[in-house]
Parts: sequence; structure tokens; C-alpha cells
Amino acid sequence: MTPASESTYSAVTLKINGEKHTLSVDHRSTLLDALRERLDLTGTKKGCDQGQCGACTVLLDGRRAVSCLQLAVAAEGREVTTIEGMAEGDRLHPVQQAFLDLDGYQCGYCTPGQICSAVAVIEEHAAGWPSAVTGDVSPEAGPPPLSPEEIRERMSGNLCRCGAYVSIVEAVARAAGNVTTEAAA
Amino acid sequence: MREFDYWRAHDVSGALALLDADPEARFLGGGTNLVDLMKTGVERPARLVDVRELPLDHIEVTADGALRIGATVTNSDLAAHPEVRRRYPALTQAVLAGASGQLRNMATVGGNLLQRTRCGYFTDLAKPCNKRVPGSGCPAIAGEHHNHAILGASDHCVATHPSDMGVALTAFDAVVSYETADGPGKLPLADLYLPVGDTPHRETALPPGALITGVTLPPAPVAAHSRYRKVRERASYAFAIGSIAAALDVHDGVVREVRLAFGAVASRPWRARAAERVLTGAPADAETFAAAADAELAAAKPLPHNGYKVTLMRNLVVAVLTELAEEAAR
Repeated sequence: MTPASESTYSAVTLKINGEKHTLSVDHRSTLLDALRERLDLTGTKKGCDQGQCGACTVLLDGRRAVSCLQLAVAAEGREVTTIEGMAEGDRLHPVQQAFLDLDGYQCGYCTPGQICSAVAVIEEHAAGWPSAVTGDVSPEAGPPPLSPEEIRERMSGNLCRCGAYVSIVEAVARAAGNVTTEAAA
Repeated sequence: MREFDYWRAHDVSGALALLDADPEARFLGGGTNLVDLMKTGVERPARLVDVRELPLDHIEVTADGALRIGATVTNSDLAAHPEVRRRYPALTQAVLAGASGQLRNMATVGGNLLQRTRCGYFTDLAKPCNKRVPGSGCPAIAGEHHNHAILGASDHCVATHPSDMGVALTAFDAVVSYETADGPGKLPLADLYLPVGDTPHRETALPPGALITGVTLPPAPVAAHSRYRKVRERASYAFAIGSIAAALDVHDGVVREVRLAFGAVASRPWRARAAERVLTGAPADAETFAAAADAELAAAKPLPHNGYKVTLMRNLVVAVLTELAEEAAR
């Protein structure tokens, strides 16, 4: 089968933070560049642009992903959540609030990626996913407590050049507690 | 980056037709390796066929007790699957030892097996590399090779395969299923990767245009008692400098069955069959474990800066088998 037409750009509809945006994208464009350069959603940051630093982390269909290695054209049909979509109106997401309360940053450049990642870490843990530091990965063992060691491992895809890791771990731990409490309430 | 056309496939036959065995076309899974290589120009496809939405994202137990893993299952879903965690825990541990949470959510099983080496000369277009430009030379042999191969390499290439997942799959006798325009095929994972020889640019035995559709793990009760251990230069989110997947069944102090595979030592996940032969039927003690490691590593040909890997792998074999034997004795 030969494709009906060959082109190096496509019209795509991206669903971002619940809103649909239709735009023509060069196939080479990453989701990160489409967000920042085409849609003015500059909360998502470009760090290494090669999937190593986590600054560009967003949620794709609710799961964290690095938007620098995600082609925009391949994101069509998927739910994208960026840092701009985390708060509910003026009410910050519990993870955002925890980073604010506990100084989980210094310069702030990695923070949107840290927060998107942390939101997903808390959900992954709640879903019972083990990590590389989980002693017994058998489903019968149940999920390990979200200890500082577990948080550090699960957040290792987000680098902080300022080295605010101590506060970041505290913020994720606090938010994990808060999220659980609110869900139970 | 070179311009390319993009097609999204919805079924396997459509994906094969769109690729059309064109050497300038590539299948796109999670893109975590391919898109990165396209940015640097190592990969320059004229066409991408997106296979992420193919109906290959299931893990199922077959009637004969095997575990069939679809090619588009993400690393995250594979690691979290209850049957994998229960029956092949080293596979879950291996997957979780690789990359980051973000990358594991994107990356797929098929793509993991076909990812390219992270050798710095392969990814640097300014340098020669026999894998990237056949016949151009291998600067790693006289250059930076502290994390290169000690087993199965050649004078033409000393790159390693970076997969953690593949090491556990190799230990558990995984079989790779693929489809071509001419029909389906199967390859034991141990035979998927070609010997390096003087053709390091030819990496797999897959026919041109083939699409990996899944991986099957035969039933292996021994795998329920297994472990993956990875040594790297920082505590998390780094490629291995040496790793091991091991499964051990001990009865009355004697090794009844064992599976052993090494990572980061060769151009492919390295099944340690010589070590397995020494271990099977022998006393489950440190002396046997060391002898088994030595039997496997006798073939090692370290370079000036990676001789440490021989010691590292020997220590890993003894340590991990000792742990598994002690747990079995409890």
C-alpha cells in the first residue's frame, strides 16, 4: 500500500488541559515545542531536550512523560496535562501547595516538571506500582510505604540543578499525605 | 532533523504495508530512543509509521501457562503486571532499574529490544563508527571504552546493548514473535541479535521490514525465585556498567535449576550458559558460584579500561546466587 499523499506536516488536534487546539505541525515538532512556541503554554520547560532532565514532564493520558521526546503529531487523540492544568481555578493542586509551603525549589526552572512528575508518582504509588528500591515486588507484598528512599528513586527522572532535592522529597511526602487524606475525606 | 512523513497504523498488516520494507522508514513506538537519535542525526528516516496504537498492548497467560507480552506494552505496565511480579520478579526488577518513570511510561517492549547502543562514538556524528558508518573504524577500542563489552565483541565493535529488560527476558528463554508481509515468524531472544563479527551495523536477525509483535515467556517455575541486580555509576537513572538476572532452585543443598544472564558486557543480553552448566547439579555454595562465574568469564577479552568488569561480574554472580540460595534455605 502506498500512502495517498506524502507530506512533512499535518493538521492535528491536541487536547491540552481539557481544551482542544487545532494546528498545523511540522512532523519534526515535539510536543514540548508545540506547547511553548505554538500554544504559548510556556510553563513546560525545555532543559536538555534529550529526555534526560525531566524539565519538560507533562501528563499524557494521565501518565507522566517527557514532552521533548514526544512528537506533537503522535500526541493527537491523547489527553495532555501541563503545569497550567494542575490548579483548579485559584486553588492550587496539593502538590503545588506542598512545593510552595516547603520551598521545593530554588530557581524554579525544573519545578513544573518536578510537580507534574510528583503528581504522577503519588498516583503510581497509590496504584501499587513497585519501584527499583522496593524490596519485594510480588503483588502479595503490597505497596511499600512512600518513604524518602522510594520518593528519591521514583523522582530520579527529574534533575534539579540548584540541588533543592531535600525540600522536594519533603514536599512530595507531604503532598502524598495530603492527597490521600483528601481522597479519604 | 530530516523532514519525514508520518503515518499512524491501526492494525499490523497496515503497519507493514505503510513501512513497505523501505530501509528509509522506521516504526515509531514510544520514541524515547528513535526521536532522540533523529534529533542528533544518527537516524534519518524519511517516513515514520507510528505503531503505538496497534492492538498489541496486552499481557496474557496462555493455555500452556506461558506469558505473552504484546510489543506495545509499555515498560511501566510490564513492570507493574501482577503475573510478571509473581512469576518473573527479576523481569519487573530489571525494567524498574532502567530509565526514569517518564521514559518507562513511554517506552515499549518491542522498542526496548531494538534500542541502539549508547556508545558515545555511535551517537557522535563527528566520529568514525563501524556500526553507524560501516568500515569507518572503531575509535572506542583505543579510546573511551570503560563501559564497553568484555564478551562476544570483535576488532570492529565493542559496543554494549543497553537494555535491562532484555537481560531478564534472555534468562527466561523469551521468544520474540514478529510479522512480515510474507507472514509471521519467531526467534528465541538469544538468536535475535547477530554476532558482532565484521558486520556490527547488522544488529538483528529480523527480516527486512519485520515488526516485532510480542514476546513470549515459557512457563518457568524457577523464575519465581529470581533477582535482577544492576551496578551503575550513580544510584538511579543510569545505564548499567554490569548487571545480572539470576533464578535459582536449590534442593537439599544442590542446584536443581538455574538461569543466569549478564547485562552491559556484550552487544546483546548475555546468557551465561557455561556458568549454568557448572552450577546445575553442583552444591549451592560460594565455591561453586565462583567456579561458575570463572567458567563464563574465561572467554572475556577485556580492554585496557574495562577489565574491572570481569571482577564486577564475578562478584555479582557470587553475591546474587548466594542471596538466592540463602533465601531458598529459609
